[in-house]
Parts: sequence; structure tokens; C-alpha cells
Amino acid sequence: MTATELSEATLEGRFDAVVAAEQRIEPRDWMPDAYRATLVRQIAQHAHSEIIGMQPEGNWLTRAPSLRRKAILLAKAQDEAGHGLYLYAAAETLGVDRAELTEKLISGRQKYSSIFNYPTLTFADVGVIGWLVDGAAICNQVPLCRCSYGPYARAMVRICKEESFHQRQGYELLMTLMRGTDSQRRMVQDAVDRWWWPSLMMFGPPDDDSPNSARSMAWRIKRHSNDDLRQRFVDMTVPQAEHLGVTLPDPALRWNEERDSWDFGEPDWSELKKVITGQGPCNAQRVERRRAAHEDGAWVREAALAYAEKKRSAQ
Amino acid sequence: MNANRAGWPLYEVFVRPRRGLNHVHVGSLHAADDRMALLAARDLYTRRNEGVSLWVVPSAAITASTPDEQDPFFAPSGDKVYRHPTFYDIPEDVPHI
Repeated sequence: MTATELSEATLEGRFDAVVAAEQRIEPRDWMPDAYRATLVRQIAQHAHSEIIGMQPEGNWLTRAPSLRRKAILLAKAQDEAGHGLYLYAAAETLGVDRAELTEKLISGRQKYSSIFNYPTLTFADVGVIGWLVDGAAICNQVPLCRCSYGPYARAMVRICKEESFHQRQGYELLMTLMRGTDSQRRMVQDAVDRWWWPSLMMFGPPDDDSPNSARSMAWRIKRHSNDDLRQRFVDMTVPQAEHLGVTLPDPALRWNEERDSWDFGEPDWSELKKVITGQGPCNAQRVERRRAAHEDGAWVREAALAYAEKKRSAQ
Repeated sequence: MNANRAGWPLYEVFVRPRRGLNHVHVGSLHAADDRMALLAARDLYTRRNEGVSLWVVPSAAITASTPDEQDPFFAPSGDKVYRHPTFYDIPEDVPHI
């Protein structure tokens, strides 16, 4: 064994010890290449999701039914942008560049959450996204606050604090619609029917088809399996649906006394595969919109730079 | 893409949560100049009254110790237990010390 190999082993041993002791890995620490690559991929995908996630709801900004709803929706979209930026900043601590990540998103080389490839057909979708999509996101994200990589964990703490507003405004919006007319109640039920299964798919493929999970759990990036988180989400959501007075579109949904949990049906995994591989209802439109925003903004980035340069040289 | 990489520099953001507390590092952002960094930091890190004062510092201006937290750089403080009050045995019945 050469000296460098030995030191690599020592470094890896130290890294493992820090992770095992529930301490945090910080940006300039030595870390295995695969740990770094996994984090870059996951954090970038997460950041992209926040940014793309502004689009489905942004669709309703100009048509919100009241100034109150419009102000709330605007604040929510602004939060999503903020979350994207916290996460890009966390990814940059790993030695990648935000511009490079954006380039990978708009060229289709990096992904974002499959959920944002579904269309928002009515204003009830805004409520259901807050309730179910942000609810599922919270289930996924709360454990990430204890992720072994410090900057990611810290970004997640900020995000989770803000995410609760998103879920509650959605649920309140739906309660308001449910107190309205029959057609408003039908609108809510229709939105729930369309978003329920895609929300369950947000937790990823079933455990026996999730090849990278075990390694991410060993590295304490991931804390719970996809299926565990999905179950947790279902158990949280069923009583909320009852309170709201909507039906979750799953005939297999029933209380299991023994497990102290809700049994539920199997999502259509072929649909998830299709949406992930670019064949969802809105994939092309979402990426195209992001590309246009990026390219249309190029002159602003250049002008700001030229202005800063001019001020510097005038000093 | 290249313009961005060469251009908009990285800033570190520090927020004073309220009077009487230190500014604390909260994250980073890209901005073309100091003024833009300050405005972006306000929009990004204080949307819910998280702060009463902001500092933005070009990341390139920060000088840091070496990355490893077990670094010998910090060794000089490691073996000086006499810097801590508990190093000294004082009888129980001596008041206010």
C-alpha cells in the first residue's frame, strides 16, 4: 500500500466516523467522490424542482379570485424561488456552479420532481398542490434537516419552516371552496382525483426498485425509505381528507388495525417512469419555459455586470 | 453561462436577527455588485422579519483556516486546561467564586 492510498483510507475512516457520530460534513472536508456526486445530483434536482415548481401555480397568479388569494400565491411563488436559491447555494459549496446546473436543467441532463409535469386546470389545483404536494414535500424534507451534509441540512431547516405556510394556505383554500357551491365542491374533488396518485409517486419508486437508497441511508443523506415516507404521508392525509369532506380516489384504502396504519393501493409505476423519462403531460412545456426565461434574462445579467464594471472603473 | 461564471461574484450573507445579537452567516448568493447583493440578500434571507441588519461580503474576501476541523492549527488551545475555571480547586465553603 502506497502512502497516498493509506492516507485516502485514513480520510475515509475519519469521514465515516464523523457521519456515524451524527456530526455534519462541511464543504471543505474530505469526502468520497460518490458522496459528493450523489449530493450534487440530489441537491440540484431539489433546487430545479423548486424553480420549475413555480410554473404550475404561476399559471393562476393573474387569475386568482381575490386580492388576498393573489397576494398569498405570489408570496408562495416567491418562497419557491427562494428555496431554489438556498439549494443552489448549498450545491455550490460542493464545487459546482449554478449556471452549470441551470444549463443541465434546460438541456434535460438533470431532472426535477415528476409532480410538476402535471397541468393545473382549475384554481382548486392551487389548493390541492398546497395540501397534497407540499404536504408530501414536507414528509420528504423534514428528515433532510438532519442530513449529514451541513449546508444541505441548514438549507432544509429554512425551507421546512416556510413550507408549513404553503400547506396550510392550500388546505384553507380548499375548506373555503368546500363551504361554497356544489360545483365548487366538485372542482375540489376533481383536483384531488387528479393529484392524489402523482403525490404518492413523489416519494419515488418502491423500496425494492430504488437502487441508490441503501447507500444514501448509510451516508445519512436519506433517513427513511421511500415506502416508509409514503405510508407516513397517507396516514397523515386520510384524516385531513375526511375533515375536508373529499374522497381519496383509492378503493383499496382501508384502516389496518394490526399495523395501526392505512392500507392503500399501488400507484401506477409505469406512469411515474413515463413522466420521469420526459413523457408527462407538461415536461416539454416546463423546460421550454425555463429555457426562455433564462435566455430572455441574459441581457439583464450582462447589463448588471457592465454597470458594475463601469462603476468600478469610475472610482 | 460563461458570463455568469466570470461575472456575478459570490457573496456571503450575514444577518443580525435582532438587536443585541451577532450577525450570523446564513448562506450565499450571486450578485453583480454590493448594492445588488444587499437587495437580493434582503429578498432571499429576510422575507419573514428574520433580521434587523444585513452584511454582504464577497466570498473571495474571506480568509479561512484549513478545512480539517481536527487541524493542528487549533492545537495550541488543546492542552491548556488551566484556561478553564474548572481547572482550579476551590473549597466548597468559599462564597461567590
